[in-house]
Amino acid sequence: MQEFELRASDFGLVLMNPNQLIVGRGTAEHHPMEDFLRMDRMPHIWCSTCGLGTCLTAFIAAVEESTIPREDIVVVSGIGCTGRAAGYLKFDSFHTTHGRAIPYATGLKVANPRLKVCLISGDGDLVSIGGNHLIHAARRNMDMTVICVNNFNYAMTGGQAAPSTPQGAFATTTPYGAFERPFNIPFLVDSCGATYVARWTALHVRQLTISIKEAMLHRGFSFIEVISPCPTVYARRNRLGSGLDLMKFYHDHSITKNFASTRECDIKFQQDIIVGKFVQKDEPTYLDAMDAQMKKTLGAKFVPYVGPMDPGADSGRTKSDART
Amino acid sequence: MSKPKRGPVLTGAHYLDGDHACAEGAIAAGCRFIAGYPITPSTEVAERLAERFPKIGGTFIQMEDELASIAAVLGAAWGGARAMTVTSGPGFSLMMENIGLGVMTETPCVVVNVQRGGPSTGLPTLTGQQDMMQARWGSHGDYEIIALSPSSPQECFDLTVTCFNLSEKYRVPVMFMMDECVGHMTEKVVIPEADTIDVWPRRWYRGPKDKYQPYLPDKDGVPPMVRAGDDHRFHITGLTHDERGYPIITAECQHLCVSRLVDKIRNNADDLMIVKEEQVKGADVVVVAYGISARVATKAITDARKQGIKVGFLRLITVWPFPEKRIRELAGDVKCLVMPELNMGQMYREMERAAGGKCKTLLVPHCGGWVHDPNDILKAILEGAK
Repeated sequence: MQEFELRASDFGLVLMNPNQLIVGRGTAEHHPMEDFLRMDRMPHIWCSTCGLGTCLTAFIAAVEESTIPREDIVVVSGIGCTGRAAGYLKFDSFHTTHGRAIPYATGLKVANPRLKVCLISGDGDLVSIGGNHLIHAARRNMDMTVICVNNFNYAMTGGQAAPSTPQGAFATTTPYGAFERPFNIPFLVDSCGATYVARWTALHVRQLTISIKEAMLHRGFSFIEVISPCPTVYARRNRLGSGLDLMKFYHDHSITKNFASTRECDIKFQQDIIVGKFVQKDEPTYLDAMDAQMKKTLGAKFVPYVGPMDPGADSGRTKSDART
Repeated sequence: MSKPKRGPVLTGAHYLDGDHACAEGAIAAGCRFIAGYPITPSTEVAERLAERFPKIGGTFIQMEDELASIAAVLGAAWGGARAMTVTSGPGFSLMMENIGLGVMTETPCVVVNVQRGGPSTGLPTLTGQQDMMQARWGSHGDYEIIALSPSSPQECFDLTVTCFNLSEKYRVPVMFMMDECVGHMTEKVVIPEADTIDVWPRRWYRGPKDKYQPYLPDKDGVPPMVRAGDDHRFHITGLTHDERGYPIITAECQHLCVSRLVDKIRNNADDLMIVKEEQVKGADVVVVAYGISARVATKAITDARKQGIKVGFLRLITVWPFPEKRIRELAGDVKCLVMPELNMGQMYREMERAAGGKCKTLLVPHCGGWVHDPNDILKAILEGAK
């Protein structure tokens, strides 16, 4: 059985030093990442040259590189093309309702603080229907990693306009061109208190992987926007060519500016895209702040959260039912 | 000698309103996670738990809206917590989509609705029983649900525990349909010793981790459950799914998936049924009522009996699934079934359907805002006895 290594260059990706990135090792009989994928669900539903495969690859590579125990990682998705990510990743995974991935994940984290909660969802899901939850999770500095795959439209439903659609771009619901101002998503979450904010494109596999790893190891609300090609609806309707053409566009038009002011990260139709790690700071998480405040006010009377129920227990009683 | 410290359960006799009794019931049931959003007249439940939880190892989070509250509760339940949210009519409406997710993913949790008058903002501070059908059918799609209705603060305590037990046994969100009157009524509430309160465990899966299938049911149609983070690598989805939890978008899978969700409740309806009967045997008229309307009906029943009318009383505690078997039996024995409720006829239609024309059925409607005049119920009893 011949062993092989997959390198980014094998996929025709042009990186600064492509041989640095080994995206997987395996044998011809086995997919190099099959330990992390639900192989019994393949083939996936995503279109060829869609950026979502790259995002999943980067996510798995980041998990492998991090030292986080595998069983602690849970993946939560909302609805849409990206919403299907949870179903393909072999972790405890939750495919929730449209827009509600963040509060669902909040419940998981607060009820079971040991969990490393990761969300992979789309721009429509997180920023439009889920926008209220996004800003509040950022405000709380809720300890979770949100990967927002932005393909500039609602792709699953056939290419409708989203709050991320650049002005002038065409979508089925903006047949004469989008005229609403889109969100500058990194600025939005930054201004709401996110403590880790980055943006990359699906081309920046290495940087994206590093960012996801950093975000997962970060304590607090970490957010990564991934600009991702949608060849089937967005690119076709806007005559932008194939997914590969969009990757070339990202190559020519991405400007890396680490710690750039997020205020300046607006995306205009087919113009330069500022990418980079914009924010990284240490601030108390929701759970830190809660504990500190309770200790301050209640002193010795404060009983920290007992944690979830014990699956080994035969009784329905909680641990704290024993007299304290 | 120092006094022994109290456990979390507030054992003893107290003077509590229904909202606070419900909060204490949740604590006694082992609930240690609440997500909520303020809304009259349910806020006191959340407020009490926000105050109590940090002293007993629970966690309360005030979410940004009701959609978030119920989503957080579902997430918390899969995180391994016994979880609850509390709301009233408008918030209940906002929760509906994710209550459906809870049904579809078979997530145990309790949703408390302290009902007020509607539609819309309606009567925020005044009572109603107008969400009874919303509790049953409010989320889209076809499903069965469990709902209980208390008539006193004592029952707000007792039945909150029952709600949690049933939600764990049947793995379904359980609706606790209080109303403003019961929620704000203050009475004696006796809380037993913690170790005498029957609290049922979650249906934990104990097989090999790699063999776990989230929707492979036990004999009673309900699958066992695991907790996130324990290396089962399970997937759950709101999409129609097979035993593995994988989405399968076919009519065949839909049939298997939905019929089991429905059958696990319908086939166990007898086990779920809690009703209280009083002088039903030999009665000409039976008053069927729930919640605060059942309290008001007792005055009319007493008055009718003074006039020599043989009146029985059937108080519904389980409102969903509807106790249709018992109603069908009664309909064959009595002249008339009378139902007062603080709406224009919701549970009444179920009663009428279950009676199947075998006896007369009378509705005593009321739009809410206040309780019935007992004389209106009395008139219906007299009319029914004719």
